[in-house]
Amino acid sequence: MLDIPLRDYFRETRVFTSRLAIAIVVVLLMTLALVARLVYLQIINHRHFATLSQENRIHPRPIPPVRGRIFDRNGLVLAENLPVFTLEIIPEQVADMSVLLERLAGIVQLRPRDIENFKKQLRRRPHFESLTLRTHLNDEEAARIAVNRPHLDGVELQARLQRHYPLGGLGVHAIGYVGRINESELRRIDQSAYRGTQHIGKLGVEQRYEDLLLGGVGIEKVETNAHGRALRTMARIAPDAGQNLYLNLDAGLQAIAEKALSGRRGAVIALEPATGNVLVFASMPTYDPNPFVNGIDPDSYRLLLEDPDKPLINRAINGQYAPGSTIKPFLALAAMQAVGFDPSQTVMCPGWFRLPGSRRRFRDWKKFGHKKVDLHEAIVQSCDVFFYTLAVNLGIDYMHDFLSSLGFGARTGIDMIGESKGLVPSREWKRARGEVWYRGETVVTGIGQGPVLITPLQLAVAVNTLANRGTRLKPRMLRSIEDPQTKVLQQIVLERIGEIKVTDTRHWDMLTASMIDVVHGKKGTARRIGWNASYKIAGKTGTAQVINQDETYDEKNTPEHLRDHALFIGFAPAEDPQIAVAVVVENGGHGSSAAAPIARELMDAYLLPREKITASLAQDATND
Amino acid sequence: MTVLQRLHLDKPFFYGVLVLAALSLLILYSASAGEARVAVGQGLRFVAGFAVMLLVAQIPPHQLARWSLHVYLIGLVLLMLVLVVGASGKGAQRWIDLGLFSFQPSEIMKLAIPMALAGYLSRRTLPPQLPVVAVAGALILIPTLLIARQPDLGTAVLVMMAGLCTLFLAGMRWRVIITMLAAIAALIPMVWPYLHDYQKQRILTLFSPEADPLGAGYHIIQSMIAVGSGGLYGKGWLNSSQTHLEYLPESSTDFVFAVFAEEFGLIGILLMFAAYLFVVMRGFAIAFHAQDSYTRLLAGGLTLTFFLYFFVNIGMVTGILPVVGVPLPIISYGGSSLVTLMAAFGILMSIQTHRKILQA
Repeated sequence: MLDIPLRDYFRETRVFTSRLAIAIVVVLLMTLALVARLVYLQIINHRHFATLSQENRIHPRPIPPVRGRIFDRNGLVLAENLPVFTLEIIPEQVADMSVLLERLAGIVQLRPRDIENFKKQLRRRPHFESLTLRTHLNDEEAARIAVNRPHLDGVELQARLQRHYPLGGLGVHAIGYVGRINESELRRIDQSAYRGTQHIGKLGVEQRYEDLLLGGVGIEKVETNAHGRALRTMARIAPDAGQNLYLNLDAGLQAIAEKALSGRRGAVIALEPATGNVLVFASMPTYDPNPFVNGIDPDSYRLLLEDPDKPLINRAINGQYAPGSTIKPFLALAAMQAVGFDPSQTVMCPGWFRLPGSRRRFRDWKKFGHKKVDLHEAIVQSCDVFFYTLAVNLGIDYMHDFLSSLGFGARTGIDMIGESKGLVPSREWKRARGEVWYRGETVVTGIGQGPVLITPLQLAVAVNTLANRGTRLKPRMLRSIEDPQTKVLQQIVLERIGEIKVTDTRHWDMLTASMIDVVHGKKGTARRIGWNASYKIAGKTGTAQVINQDETYDEKNTPEHLRDHALFIGFAPAEDPQIAVAVVVENGGHGSSAAAPIARELMDAYLLPREKITASLAQDATND
Repeated sequence: MTVLQRLHLDKPFFYGVLVLAALSLLILYSASAGEARVAVGQGLRFVAGFAVMLLVAQIPPHQLARWSLHVYLIGLVLLMLVLVVGASGKGAQRWIDLGLFSFQPSEIMKLAIPMALAGYLSRRTLPPQLPVVAVAGALILIPTLLIARQPDLGTAVLVMMAGLCTLFLAGMRWRVIITMLAAIAALIPMVWPYLHDYQKQRILTLFSPEADPLGAGYHIIQSMIAVGSGGLYGKGWLNSSQTHLEYLPESSTDFVFAVFAEEFGLIGILLMFAAYLFVVMRGFAIAFHAQDSYTRLLAGGLTLTFFLYFFVNIGMVTGILPVVGVPLPIISYGGSSLVTLMAAFGILMSIQTHRKILQA
């Protein structure tokens, strides 16, 4: 039998013809659907669309929201919005842009940079949005524009709100600033949320809390005449103002910290032990953020970039330093948790330390040594040999784990963007880099030298943990969020990030006692700031080497930028801590002389009855 | 024999296309705000397009049948090439730059898929059995996915529709058709997360153009205002205020229909629809008279595809379909798709004029 399917041509033709008939019906039905839609648009809703077309002289225009203001904890204004006259152009309504720009240049001052900026905006503009040509027109210029306006199609004079930082550079690294939205930000943001807004938070709190500060854009429908000039507003959906932010920062304390550090490079952090609130967030030198708002001119920017003191660097979270002797209290705590450690054990300090089987001497800062010291005295006098010995006994891996549990080598989680991690070295870390761990590195880790790096903020958070007897809190810039309409405040709650468990709670007492004697003891390295204090300070000095030093190191004859970094950590009052401070002064020399006095000054200002610091500061600002 | 017959041109079809071309020049002159440059440019494209049509019409259908698979394979290779070396415009890779000119390989596929499918199906018994449908499905799906990768979702969907139309005409069983439609409907939620943001935006905009009236919804709102304000009689030629006040974007390309609707109103539109339907019906007639499976399927498939382009464009301009960037066939300004279209008309004419008329 044949198994070849026979083609039934007649059937094929019949199937095709019926399908073709169906196709024709479908085509007709679909055409009918289109016609129905057109009847709906053109006949039934004709009047509606005809009106819209007539009124297409009515432009929807975005109304940018008012950006939320930023205050310090006492309500002092850190960032506000001031009205300025801006010269704006709606490109759709300009017949010949180059002629217009030429004419405008004859009326107001236009720098080449203004025109360049404007053309940049022109390339990525949305429909019918006005673009800023110049800001900060003075009254005379504004008046001249107003007079000439009939001859200037597409030109608008607007009173816009402009970000302003009344305290100038004070706390600039904490507050940050806003600036014009750049290309890469443009790709990242939801553009519909930024219609009419040309600025975005670039650094600090302004950047971190951009979503809260921004607010919601409004729309107004504006009727324009044939030349596109706005005649009247037809409808308006008001924008939602951004949230106001209260920071934990105390501008008065901040000013004291910055003044104490003025002329130097460094950072000061002060925290509130009970909450982790950031009272002071200072990085020196500072710079004035106001010129950045509308784009700083290239020359001034270059000056800032090339400044050898690097003011643009946020040392508080991005400066990474060797902790020096400030690491000792933490290692002391680590030792107390180690099995078999006896705090009363003594070590003989001849002024140097040598690993068994090695000829290399590790020097103590005191040339002829501290003689016999126990843990308490080793902290008080900052005996290096004791901690060399301790480090060797604890081992690098144990030290690494304990320091890590205090938050070193990891971001603190502060509400800022771009925090550095620092570094707590370990054998593991070196192996990952294809290197081997040397015993000598364990030795110097004992005094906070070698590869170990900390940020001033990490140091502050760690000393805060000591003040809290083990409770680790996340450092917080933001204190509360205020709804601009209802004025309802939403408080930010504190956040625990861990707990240092000790085998015996007396360890805290011992450690605090040692740190008190650093400041108040007869042999304490920071006794200079302690003898006349009316409250008890627990602290620790630190001096971190910048260059490898031998016995010929002479501070006076060493160039400034190669001198030691000076550090100090502490909290006060020691028995009931209200403030915890970390100070790093780059190339400051000694922790006791350069860093500790700054901490004392802050503590005095915070703990003693306040002079009207805040008030005098506000006075300064208005006098500017 | 008349001149047209000697040139292998089908008289009704030829005149129908000529009318649409005239409408194109008329409306483009207005859409470009009276700038002759655009209309003249389009006129030159028509000259080139008619030349291509004439050329293709000379090729006898059996020759086309022999080339079907080759054209398809070449198109496939070019599609893969475009993903590797293609130039990108507006974030999508669609073009191959040949120095002198650049073209979109997806255009080739608009012809190659009906050709390949007609070629494949006509060699099997019809209506097609399930395995045959499966192979045909693969022939459609591969280029569709490649085009969707570019990403050019609009063209991908249309190319797929061209293939499905051919399959439908071949007599694919209803239950297979229904299963397929159900599968596509089920796939939509799964594909959604893989769409680009701008594609999602366009589809969402269809449902609520007012959500972002200054941004994504802008095109469609302005287009609907233009169409609706045209009314029954229209505002008259060169009187489209939407266009001349420059509210309407893409007014000479994808949204040219809005200009036409505003200036000529519903009456003008009905006349235009009549011209389109005339061409479509003539295409169906050619398919009906065709003498073998291959030419029948090819003529029917190409005609249905042409209609779909027309439908999708107007659906998009009037706000019932998402904005997918499909031009109005023949009338929209632009070269690449016009040439493809004219080649397709050439094929139809060849099918019509190469019939062996049996003398009684």
